[in-house]
Amino acid sequence: MSIEVVNISKTYKNFTALQNVNLHIPEGELVALLGPSGSGKTTLLRLIAGLEQAQQGSILFNGEDNTNRDVRERQVGFVFQHYALFRHMTIFDNIAFGLTVRPRKTRPSKAEIREKVHSLLRLVQLEGLAHRYPSQLSGGQRQRVALARALAVEPKFLLLDEPFGALDTKVRQELRRWLRHLHGKLGLTILFVTHDQEEAMELADRVVVMNEGRVEQVGTPEEIYHKPANPFVYSFLGRVNLFHGRIQDGRIKLGEAEFEAEHAHFDGPAVGYMRPHDVEVSLHPPKSSATTAVRAQIERITPLGPFVRLELKRLDTKEVFEAEMSRQRFLELNVVEGGLVYVTLHNVSIFVENAPAIKPTRVYVPQQVSI
Amino acid sequence: MKHVTEPAYVRWSLIAVAFLFLGLFLILPLIAVFTEAFKQGADVFFAAISDPETLSAVKLTLLVAAISVPLNVTFGVAAAWAIAKFSFRGKNVLLTLIDLPFAVSPVIAGLIFVLLFGSEGIAAPLLATLDLKIIFAVPGIVLATTFVTFPFVARELIPVMEAQGKDEEEAAVSLGASGWKTFWRVTLPNVKWGILYGVILCNARAMGEFGAVSVVSGHIRGMTNTLPLHVEILYNEYQFAAAFSVATLLAVLALVTLVVKSVIEWKTERQFEVEEEYHFDVSGERAG
Ligand SMILES: Nc1ncnc2c1ncn2[C@@H]1O[C@H](COP(=O)(O)OP(=O)(O)O)[C@@H](O)[C@H]1O
Ligand SMILES: [Mg+2]
Repeated sequence: MSIEVVNISKTYKNFTALQNVNLHIPEGELVALLGPSGSGKTTLLRLIAGLEQAQQGSILFNGEDNTNRDVRERQVGFVFQHYALFRHMTIFDNIAFGLTVRPRKTRPSKAEIREKVHSLLRLVQLEGLAHRYPSQLSGGQRQRVALARALAVEPKFLLLDEPFGALDTKVRQELRRWLRHLHGKLGLTILFVTHDQEEAMELADRVVVMNEGRVEQVGTPEEIYHKPANPFVYSFLGRVNLFHGRIQDGRIKLGEAEFEAEHAHFDGPAVGYMRPHDVEVSLHPPKSSATTAVRAQIERITPLGPFVRLELKRLDTKEVFEAEMSRQRFLELNVVEGGLVYVTLHNVSIFVENAPAIKPTRVYVPQQVSI
Repeated sequence: MKHVTEPAYVRWSLIAVAFLFLGLFLILPLIAVFTEAFKQGADVFFAAISDPETLSAVKLTLLVAAISVPLNVTFGVAAAWAIAKFSFRGKNVLLTLIDLPFAVSPVIAGLIFVLLFGSEGIAAPLLATLDLKIIFAVPGIVLATTFVTFPFVARELIPVMEAQGKDEEEAAVSLGASGWKTFWRVTLPNVKWGILYGVILCNARAMGEFGAVSVVSGHIRGMTNTLPLHVEILYNEYQFAAAFSVATLLAVLALVTLVVKSVIEWKTERQFEVEEEYHFDVSGERAG
């Protein structure tokens, strides 16, 4: 079932948790809500589920208005951050809960409930644990019980709040893979919250980046990583280098380096963003005489398994930045800490702050800029 | 585990002081009650506790507890639920009101009821037309006892419910459970030990209350005497052995209360430990 969030705002006393949020989640997609802690992800999820009421805006399921519907009638599967399993009930009773609390008319028979619970236990690979209590399970197992419990009522879609937040790396990875598999198998719309960009990129068909109660960008993992809409998204999705400079007379100046800016019809400070793996390091100046070679000194070399990270300092502006390269390339270069190199920058995004209140705009994204 | 860094003699003297104090003010009186009760032999003891007036006092005490404890459990659970799970205006006022019986001297509490329902009281004309008697009668004793004991269950439950948060209730409603079902199947089972603990304390106080009950009872033998009042009357009539014999009943009640209380504490602590233990284990996927 598709979810539509229309112009939702939510205020707690005098604190604005969500501000004019619009969002469309197509049927059957696996979508990540990504953002730093406190950006309003949980609030948005709770609003969709009906656990919270918005001051403004509406929420539609498959085009049908659900804004004023009670949680109980929304039929949404919600998995809480800390699972919220019923601690005094066995795993069986936890999963059966949603069915056993139905009014007698719509309640399945005992045998049907048993059948259903056991098929869910098989689905989440926890057969044989039906008679344990939540306190006797590991974190990963609890998480799967919470999922099974939500699925038991055949919800219209699933909402998961930081589903892997409290688990260690290995269990996390297994569960991610398993959730992906489950999504493929059930074809259910799933919206999950995470503050881990890697998790969002790995799992989701579509990522919604949030910050300070607003949606910053919605796109495929590819789009948000390679075409970030603004500096926030750029910085949040991975390591980033910043170069401070100016736009003047239609030209961008970053330190000694200077180049044409297509859409820059104004003067003011500008910031160039680029990923460390788009910084090309060489021992010799570029052959083309049209480019300005920026010289830098290697401050630190950090080997990170298959790749190596260099911390560099520009000789002109003294700005410190990072470059990442394969181990192979690093060995070819044969550089040491303190050595001098030439750098070429690819995929620089320039953002300008035209006024304090207005979001920085992206004015120029050259595919390959050499400075 | 060694947290204490004080020298041994400091620790031992503190422990000794504590035990000396407890011995002097609690154990010694308790022993005294029993020795005084049996001073004139077992016959006198059994005669005292099987006396019709004593039996009537026992009955009245049980009746009063049987009414006021369930009333306070109902009130306490409702108040704790409202305070812990919802935010509303006047929450702090409610919290303060719950503590009022602790702050007010029981004698004053009794007097309030006399002023309200006594023969010169505000509600006297109404009671007269309805032919109801509250003061110097059983209803007055129930009212006074209920007033004095009403903080116990609520005070016990509020921190327990607050610590548990709203997560499980929210999970229940998101699974379609009605408010009523959520309360019976999720909230209540989670606080059952807290309720029992509150009931035990409330009951002990209800049976042992003297001050407030003394003011409203009128001390009518065989009619409005509870156990503590009966003990006082016997004592004032110089029937020391009989007074202490009846007092042993209250002492036994106190001991039973302490034992049940420790069992509950031990149970809840164990439950807590199981959860703690688990927290160290979240990382490891167990076999299964
Ligand atoms: N019940 C509440 N009362 C007041 N402020 C709240 C409440 N719930 C959340 N907030 C605030 O709203 C903001 C967004 O919270 P939340 O949605 O939980 O963020 P996230 O899940 O992205 O970490 C936070 O600053 C938080 O302090
Ligand atoms: Mg959150």
